[in-house]
Formats: sequence, structure tokens, C-alpha cells
Amino acid sequence: MSKSNSFRDVAVVSVASHQTKILSEVNEVQLMADLISNCRNSVGVTQEEIGFTCSGSSDFLAGQAFSFVHTLDSVGAFPPISESHVEMDGAFALYEAWVKLQIGEVDTALVYSYGKPSAGSIIDVLATQLDPYYVSPLWPDCFSIAALQARLLLDKGLITLEKMAETSMRSQKNGSDNPNAVRSSKDVSFENLMNEPAIVDPLRASDISEIADGGCAIILAAGDKAKSLCERPAWIKGIDHRVDSHTLGVRDLTRSPSAFLAAEKAGINTDRLDLAEIHGMTSAQELILEKEFDLNEETKVNLSGGSLASDTMMASGLIRISEVASRIISGQADRGLAHATSGPCLQQNLVCILEGE
Amino acid sequence: MTDPNSPPAPLSQQVKIPESISGLEPVRSVRSPIRLVYDFVPSPPVQEYLRSYSKKKILGHRSPIDGAVFVPPRGVDPRHGVLIEESVELSDRGHVGNFCVTHLPIPGRDDLDTPYVSAWIHLDGANVGFLGLVAGCENDEVHIGMRVQAVWKKEEELGNTAENILFWKPTGEPAVPIEKAGNRAWDQTNE
Repeated sequence: MSKSNSFRDVAVVSVASHQTKILSEVNEVQLMADLISNCRNSVGVTQEEIGFTCSGSSDFLAGQAFSFVHTLDSVGAFPPISESHVEMDGAFALYEAWVKLQIGEVDTALVYSYGKPSAGSIIDVLATQLDPYYVSPLWPDCFSIAALQARLLLDKGLITLEKMAETSMRSQKNGSDNPNAVRSSKDVSFENLMNEPAIVDPLRASDISEIADGGCAIILAAGDKAKSLCERPAWIKGIDHRVDSHTLGVRDLTRSPSAFLAAEKAGINTDRLDLAEIHGMTSAQELILEKEFDLNEETKVNLSGGSLASDTMMASGLIRISEVASRIISGQADRGLAHATSGPCLQQNLVCILEGE
Repeated sequence: MTDPNSPPAPLSQQVKIPESISGLEPVRSVRSPIRLVYDFVPSPPVQEYLRSYSKKKILGHRSPIDGAVFVPPRGVDPRHGVLIEESVELSDRGHVGNFCVTHLPIPGRDDLDTPYVSAWIHLDGANVGFLGLVAGCENDEVHIGMRVQAVWKKEEELGNTAENILFWKPTGEPAVPIEKAGNRAWDQTNE
């Protein structure tokens, strides 16, 4: 789609996000009421001016059927609004909103997503997303599956424990400037990371994303509407999502072909990238993604600390888009890549290329 | 890139069933039980609401926008997406806004004979209803606008729970006219 000019110009004009280790008594409705109103107020729009609202969340995570309907309380859905929901990361809700804006009937959209994994056991919740006949009944935890993937990469010599530690170190150092980073440290040392014992061999604690509660809200606007709301909108120059097989056994887990394809279709190669926010559950997955996206030194990767620093199931992907967009809106960067993943071992991937003018 | 239309190598091979199991009946279904455990922590307004039940009090939340009262309190005015802080104590009397004669038993309520009446109870002073059981009269006597009041558990059985209200019984007061019964928070005029 990158080369085509027939798409409507759509931009991120406002973002708000919050992540913390445990929200405890703050429920999803209260969290999102705060974030959504911040997001709307900062560009001066009311819910009545929003043409379409789309959210991403998981009932399995919330432990409640139709939990997203409860969370609509935080939007202000009266008079009735045009609204949709995906049982996926908010980045995929953003894709749906982008399509809605392409149709041309609305000029603005609100996208949000949230997760409160502290209420349950995320490793059990994620086991339920696996093949229900052969894999899910074994209840493999998500970190063990990711560890098998890391083991494959190490055994094939595609990555090293040192490269993994460098990735974790980058996350912790970058995260120290991000109030939403749950795990961060200015003076983390490479030696300490290398000396950490493996907790799910070969993964050390620092190689595994830090699970956090939180949420994210984003406002999209098209064409002149975007320009009227924001001095420097972060234009979506390309967005695409692709999926690999659900069956782990038929995939080459050392690669993520769907991530490669999504990036290619989103137009990664049309210009240089100032920054990239990539979404992986482990340091090893970040290394796979860097390779699939062919990132080099001129691209700063995960300036926020990434999902290794704070990983909120259902929101981490949307937060990657928000992190890139906010740096473009503030003028710190001109062109960036935001990536979101879903499913085990980078199975499903979305890539969004954002640009300032 | 790999051709997206060609099946992955392991799937393109013919499946061979080993001799030793070739005569067995094929598997027709698999049961995979799922159990997920959660620690649910009610939000502060809901905690206050549940605790006040043990003192036979029902709390609502008043909207800062137009004063509409919501029960149970959820910390937010859902029409505007605005946080609410102000609690109000509500009467344990109200009227039936709408009802349904239900023929399905409620798990754990063996004392309840079917059919029973579940109804939207609109408390005096509240702008929305909440679900309750209407008893103490014949099912076919229940009607929209019928005045009801809470029948509470015995003092020694009260806990931090909405289960303290056993059911809602008719008060015998004159009924609320149908056009005034039910939800009023979503009425634009909000009289």
C-alpha cells in the first residue's frame, strides 16, 4: 500500500498511556476514563465529535464475560456512539479504525486498549490461546515456549547470550527516562545481566518482559481535521498486519515471516527510520524482529524501554504506536516504525510506519 | 519470500497411520478442561457499596454533570465517561421499572421455586434501576410501576454483600404511572 496514493491521509494526533506493576484497586473503567479524557482534552475534542471508537481487550485476562462493555462506561457512550471491539491488542483495533477512516464516512476515531494481568495468572491465560487439541491441554507457559524459541536461535548460532544481554541492557537504560517503565535502571551492568541465572533456560529474568497493568488511548484524524487538531500530526504512511501458522510445529521459530511481510507491505524500505518501537516478549524476540526489519545503527530501537520494560497484554502494541507517534508529534523524530505482535512466538504481526511533515 | 499458498513442509506429506493403531476407532472429540483463577479486587466505590449493605444501607453515586444518581456506584458516569466521587445513601424502597417471569432456576438458590419474577428495581432517588427478585405476591400481580421495598436478612446474617436483600415485596402504595416508571437517567429532559 505504501506506493499507492489512493489512501486517505490519516494521522495520530493525540496519545495517552499509563503502565504500572499493579493497579490493585483501580479498575479498568477508572483507568481508561482518565486516559481517554486526557487524550481527548489535549486536542480539545469531545466524544460527540469522535466518529468511531474501537477498543482492544481480553475477557480471559479480565476474568469477565463482555468486560469491554463495562469499560465503555469510561468513554461516555451516550448519545449512542459508533463502536467496535477486537479481542486483540489495541494496535489491531487501531487498524480497524484506520480502515473505517479510509471508507471516508468519519474523520476522527478513538482507539484504546488495556489489560490488568495482575488479577490473574497471565501464563495460564496465554496457554489458552494455543492449539486447543495438542498444545493447550499441556498448559505450557508462555515463557517456556519463548525459551524454546530462544534455545533454537542460540543453537543455530543466530543470536548469543551476549546479544540478548545487550538488548535487555538497552531496554533498562532507555526505560529510565520513561515513567511507565516498570523495570529500568540507568546503571545496569552488562556483567550483572550475564551473571543472572536462567529462570526458564536459556532466558534470564531480564530477558523476559516485565508484566505490567495499564492502558493506552489514541486519537486518529484524517486530512485537514488532523491538521486542525495537531500542529505536527504523526501521519500513518503505511500499516499492514500478517499472520503465521497457529501450529508451532510447522513454523521456523527462528524467524517471523509475517513480521517481515507486514513491514514490507507497510513500506519500511521507502526511506530511513529515525526510530523503531518493537514488541516482543523476550530479548531474543526483539533480536528476531531487528533482523526481519533489517534495522541498522541509524535507527534508535525502543527508546521507551519497549515491552521488556513494561509489558501490558492487550496494550503493549498500541503503546508502541503511541511511543513513536508522540516523538513525531513533539518533533524529536521524523519517521518511525511501530510494531505490535500477538500469539505465541511472534505469530501475528502488525507494522505501522509513521511520519511527520 | 516463501510462497504463501504452498503448505508448510510437514503438512504437505501424506499422513501414515502406524500399523499398531490402524484398526482403532478414530478419535471424535477431545476434552480439554480449562480453569483460570483470578483475584478480584473491587474498586473503592464498590467496596464501600458492599460494606454499607451490612448496615442495611444502599449507596449510589451522583454525577457531577447533572446530579443523576447511579446504583450500584461504579465510580463513573457512563453517559459522559466522567469519574464520580460523591456517594449518596438511597432508600430501600422503589418501584418496578420492568420485569420478567423467569422459568430457569438460579444456581445456589434451591429455596427459589420457578417461575419467579426478576425485575429492574428503581429505588427512590436513583435514576437507573438494578436487578432484583420480586416476591411476596402472586407473579401475575407484578406490574410496571408497582411500589416495592427490600426484605432484608436477619441482623445476625448480614454481611458485606448485596445478598443481604432476600427479595423485594409490594408495599401496597399507589403505583407509579407507567410513563414515569423506569429509567430516567437517559432521558434528555431528565425531569
